[in-house]
Amino acid sequence: MAKTKTDPTWQELEIGGIVTNPGNAAEYKTGDWRSLRPLWDTKRCVRCGACYIFCPDASIYETEEGYFEADLYHCKGCGICAHECPTQSIKMVEEEE
Amino acid sequence: MGKRIGLEVSLSAAEAVKMADVDCIAAYPITPQTHIVEHLSELVNDGELDAEFIPVESEHSAMSVCTGVAAVGARAFTCTSSQGLALMNEIVHIAASMRLPMVMILANRSMSGPISIWNDHTDVMSIRDCGWIQVFANNGQEVFDHVLFGYRVGESQKVMLPVMIHIDGFILTHVIEPVEFWETQQVERYLPAFKPIHALHPDRPVTMGAFGMPSMFSEVKVAQDEALIQSKSEIMAAWNELGDLVGRYYRPIETYRSEDAETLFITQGSFGETVSLVVDALRDEGKRVGLLMDRLWRPFPLDEFRQAVGNARNLIVIDRAISYGGQGGPLAMDLRSALYKERNQPNITNFICGLASRDVTIDDFKNMFNRSMEKIEGNPREEDFEYYGVRGK
Amino acid sequence: MLEIRLHGRGGQGAVTSAELLALAAISEGKYGQAFPSFGPERRGAPVIAFCRIDDRQIKIRSYVNKPDIVLVLDPSILRIANVAEGLKEDGILVTNTKHKADEIRRELNLNYKLAVVNANRIAREELGLPITNTTMLGALLKANAIVKPDSLIGPIRDRFGRIAERNIKAFRRALAETELAF
Repeated sequence: MAKTKTDPTWQELEIGGIVTNPGNAAEYKTGDWRSLRPLWDTKRCVRCGACYIFCPDASIYETEEGYFEADLYHCKGCGICAHECPTQSIKMVEEEE
Repeated sequence: MGKRIGLEVSLSAAEAVKMADVDCIAAYPITPQTHIVEHLSELVNDGELDAEFIPVESEHSAMSVCTGVAAVGARAFTCTSSQGLALMNEIVHIAASMRLPMVMILANRSMSGPISIWNDHTDVMSIRDCGWIQVFANNGQEVFDHVLFGYRVGESQKVMLPVMIHIDGFILTHVIEPVEFWETQQVERYLPAFKPIHALHPDRPVTMGAFGMPSMFSEVKVAQDEALIQSKSEIMAAWNELGDLVGRYYRPIETYRSEDAETLFITQGSFGETVSLVVDALRDEGKRVGLLMDRLWRPFPLDEFRQAVGNARNLIVIDRAISYGGQGGPLAMDLRSALYKERNQPNITNFICGLASRDVTIDDFKNMFNRSMEKIEGNPREEDFEYYGVRGK
Repeated sequence: MLEIRLHGRGGQGAVTSAELLALAAISEGKYGQAFPSFGPERRGAPVIAFCRIDDRQIKIRSYVNKPDIVLVLDPSILRIANVAEGLKEDGILVTNTKHKADEIRRELNLNYKLAVVNANRIAREELGLPITNTTMLGALLKANAIVKPDSLIGPIRDRFGRIAERNIKAFRRALAETELAF
């Protein structure tokens, strides 16, 4: 359950704890979980889309030029994209850098 | 007035389910509930009831199906007994917490072991805290009326909770007696179509049965408990309307010759009617005895109970279940706790009897009365309860 | 209130007899209550069923321990069970037997009003097998007109369908052939 600014009292809850705003998992900022972020080297990238396919959180999107970038609101920094990239064009870098 | 028909109570219960025009029945056969489900399967097969009959492979699935059916906004029915209820247990709690109305008849039977197919209330008490509205029916007519009552109350948007009807296995389920059926127009007036607050539908997606983090869980559960406590006003309204419609008025605590009583028997289930005859007999002997029959079990009718006890000096609580290692039968423990705040607490003696349908006669109840009086003259608080009629005790 | 205890063997229809009688009483506007002694009884095992009939609502739910009438569907049970246990002093024992009432009275030392009928023979002749539930109801009504004989016809028809007429015939024969020794 996403933590809202003020958590509801029991009277304010929807009946049966039902969640009535569908797809609200997208509001959850899983980007907070990340300590490493993926960085693409567009010189090596062959735009195959393997990273896009393998991303378990669907947080990689295609840019207008056909390259790929991470949606950092949701990317957890798991590194699967870097592991799967056939041309080793994704590097996981420290968040602090 | 509806037709008066002689019928086995199980069959008249099934006929009431038919009159409630349920959409789905999911059940697994278990003695002594079997005749209810068998008759419903016949009604569906013969085209008398337009409903899905799902012969599930276990009670766990029966309750899962009913939960799903209620979640899409349809009317579900199931029934079970003892070990079947135990297998169903997981989902019984979920149906209440998801606030999904349905009706379940529990044909009360002992929890094994040793294996017992007979009647007592140990299965009822195993599920006491599941969050359902729970009522006891004391005869075939009350079973019939309460099936319709169950849907009416449970489906009220002010309530939205499942309803369990307790009926004594064999002692009620397998007895033939007259029942007055309702007219179709009476059912139509009493029981409107089910209009859920939320229902699963692709056009209006919602999530039911979501995760509840510790930061939210307590609020969700308090909301559920408040809903059960507050359901009482709807319960009362539904009973009153039922009375206006068919002439039988039900109350959370049914009383019999209790107004000026010094001593009150307190019962649950079909013992009540037998004990009413004991009360008559003791009154004939000049003893000021009365009877309270607990009809509403959850939400517990605290105010009504205190009021019904009034100035009575002695309570004889009859429990048909054991609370192993506890301080008496489950009913007695609740009643003691209900009277804790009273300035003039009555003496409470508690008998546990009638386990696995062991016959309890009018003479037995008279013995309990006499034993109770003996105990009160001595020290009534010396022991919390007594097993009645157990060899070696 | 009239209280009846029925003794039979699993499969002979003692429970059905109790039910049919209660249904007949209910159809007359009276109150009737019928139930088996609950258990996983097998075919052939001795079974007990109960029936109560009254003009007022029947509230008692315990077994019938002090019956007004005992109805025995199978003669062999007379010798293996104390069928008269708890029978009221002025009660009636109605039994299926090929013997005369006096013979049974002497043999079993029964100091009750007796009603006897050779129900096995009637059932064999009318139904082709010794299922005596409807036959013994005829004997019961001869001993005590608890309900009108015609009130049983509806419940028997509902219960037995295409073999109903044969059951009705067996019932009526027992009504005529039962010997009373009151």
